[in-house]
Amino acid sequence: MEFFLVTLLNSLSYGLLLFMLSSGLTLIFSMMGVLNFAHASFYMLGAYFAYQIGAYTGFWIALFLAPLVVGVIGAFTERFGLRAVHRFGHVAELLFTFGLAYVIEEVVHLVWGRAPVNYRIPERLDFTLFTLFTTQYPAYRAFMMLVSVVMLITLYLLLTRTRVGLIVQASLTHPSMVEALGHNVPRVFMFVFAGGCALAGLAGVLGGNMFITEPGMAFAVGSIVFVVVVFGGMGSLVGAFIASLIIGAIQTFSVALNLSLLDFLNLFGLSISEDSFWHSGLSITISQTAPVLPYLLMVLMLIVRPRGLMGNRET
Amino acid sequence: MARVFSKKRIIFWALVALSFVLLPMVFDGGFSLSMLSQMGIAIIFVLSYNMLLGQTGLLSFGHAVYFGLGAFVTAHIVNFIDQGAFWFPITFVPIVGGITGLLFALVLGFVTTRRAGTPFAMISLGIAEMVAASALMFTTFFGGEGGIVTNRTAGGVVAGISYGPQIQVFYLIAGWCLISMMGMYAITRTPLGRLANAVRDNPERVKFIGYNPVRVRWLMMTLSGFFAGVAGALATVNYEIITAEALGLMASGNVVLMAFIGGINHFWGPIIGAVLVTLLQSALSTYTQAWLLYFGLFFLIIILYSPGGIANILAVHAPVIKARLFKSLASSYLIIFLASAPLIVGTIAVIEILYRGGAILGMSALVSWSSSLVLIVVGLVVFRFAQRRVKSVWASLDLELRKRGFV
Repeated sequence: MEFFLVTLLNSLSYGLLLFMLSSGLTLIFSMMGVLNFAHASFYMLGAYFAYQIGAYTGFWIALFLAPLVVGVIGAFTERFGLRAVHRFGHVAELLFTFGLAYVIEEVVHLVWGRAPVNYRIPERLDFTLFTLFTTQYPAYRAFMMLVSVVMLITLYLLLTRTRVGLIVQASLTHPSMVEALGHNVPRVFMFVFAGGCALAGLAGVLGGNMFITEPGMAFAVGSIVFVVVVFGGMGSLVGAFIASLIIGAIQTFSVALNLSLLDFLNLFGLSISEDSFWHSGLSITISQTAPVLPYLLMVLMLIVRPRGLMGNRET
Repeated sequence: MARVFSKKRIIFWALVALSFVLLPMVFDGGFSLSMLSQMGIAIIFVLSYNMLLGQTGLLSFGHAVYFGLGAFVTAHIVNFIDQGAFWFPITFVPIVGGITGLLFALVLGFVTTRRAGTPFAMISLGIAEMVAASALMFTTFFGGEGGIVTNRTAGGVVAGISYGPQIQVFYLIAGWCLISMMGMYAITRTPLGRLANAVRDNPERVKFIGYNPVRVRWLMMTLSGFFAGVAGALATVNYEIITAEALGLMASGNVVLMAFIGGINHFWGPIIGAVLVTLLQSALSTYTQAWLLYFGLFFLIIILYSPGGIANILAVHAPVIKARLFKSLASSYLIIFLASAPLIVGTIAVIEILYRGGAILGMSALVSWSSSLVLIVVGLVVFRFAQRRVKSVWASLDLELRKRGFV
């Protein structure tokens, strides 16, 4: 019970972090049809900027400044990169972001080196919030959840209740009509792209010190975010939300479970000797399969329901 | 309809074969021989990739999976031969790799090719991650961190060929490279190849004339898996070691870069990319640690300015040269070359300053920083001016070419 509750809380905070990433990706995708391969790189930049800015100003100012800087870089990327390759089609746009991911990773190598940097949880938040049975629950995880939830509610209200959100939503479905009404749709695109990148940056600020800030972090989280977006259905925010929580839970739970098929067979009184051919295959524990599970889930989803959880019908 | 074995075509392939025979005699050093072998493998791999990207419009980020799996199965087969479990000539071992790649592409392709476009790209990436992650799980088959080591002389001496010396391995690779090139070129001429192009351009219309686009994609994927597997098997024979890196995302990304830099819209384009990238990788990596960054920047520049790759740059100029109008371009090309020089030098300077810790060429940090930044700013200004000039020259040239009927 204790294990279950603690892991559930952990998976919730991880899932919310995933959603912060996948929501930006989904927004950008449904608006411009561009899959931003460099999205996780912006997440990484968020973490590194927070570390660097935080070294001078402390965590709290970095929490605001780092996503802002990442957003500005995102805006530049859209204005001078993506917009230029737009006329060459979606493949060129996708490959542009792919190349950008390469370059960002190398620049991070260049500036901060290959080893992880010492980006730590702020002291003010480095305490135990409550004790669940015997497990101490860190306050920072709760803070992470709080920020994500506040962020999500703000995003939701912004998109559905304000004039800006109205224009964004209209540009999603009827760009030429919005343009005819006198709005600068390319500029709306630029701001959405910047916003999505800033969200990724914020996720980086929060996730960087919770997990680890190193050059490989973009690669590690990037493909998981793609799984989330495919699983939830391309372009659907609700789908991305549900998928984030599911994938977050699966990853967190599977890492924590140290059971194998062998243990399962033992339950029924079957035991397999160590020199049997099947032993090495059956002794793989669930935690060992953890890196594969999200992808397996994605493949299963694609076989059963190719458009994903909440995706549109067309390709 | 053109005959399959027209005189022109036979002469062309004979010339390609002849150049393969002559190449190691011209570049006969040990380093260049291993480089040529590497290029041959890269050419097969990148052409098989372009069957998907260029011909069927499938942007795959997981093509190394078929390369890698073909390589691993081949490695185990070669080891079985070495242990004397059975005998099989090493010369034909690429067929084993090819069939492995084909079977895996058949199974995995069933899942991936149901969607096209961006979803396909993401799904192929997911599959690649899945296979890469399982490679670390099943250590008996994939050999864990150390990989699988083989012995390419396992087949013994057949007709004087033992595959001990690198030159013999090169000719093995060259032979298979020629066969694969011919095979893949032949596929582009078949009805299936034509249908694949149609599926790339307009899948809906393909449906209307009674074909199933998903089936076409699946078939192309399977065939391309075969050639990727051949390349993988050759890599096993060449390096005598294969690690899980061979089927990882880096390897998959690398082939995307090669194909795109070369040019995906022409059959021969990716070959340029394979040769150039292999050269760049080994040449640059000996000079600077930042070679991956240069490589990435080069890729971005190609996408921004010539998304058809190098092949497209050449193709665009062919009518100009034919019309004897290249002279009018030459001066503005010289200007843009001179204009981009400070930009390139400045950027390289900044990157190297960062890598080498603050200063280059014995100058102080302040001098090296400020001089390279000045170079970049000056370069940017001049470049924009030169770019405008080239554009206007091209516009008038285009009119002229149209008038004379060259385009």
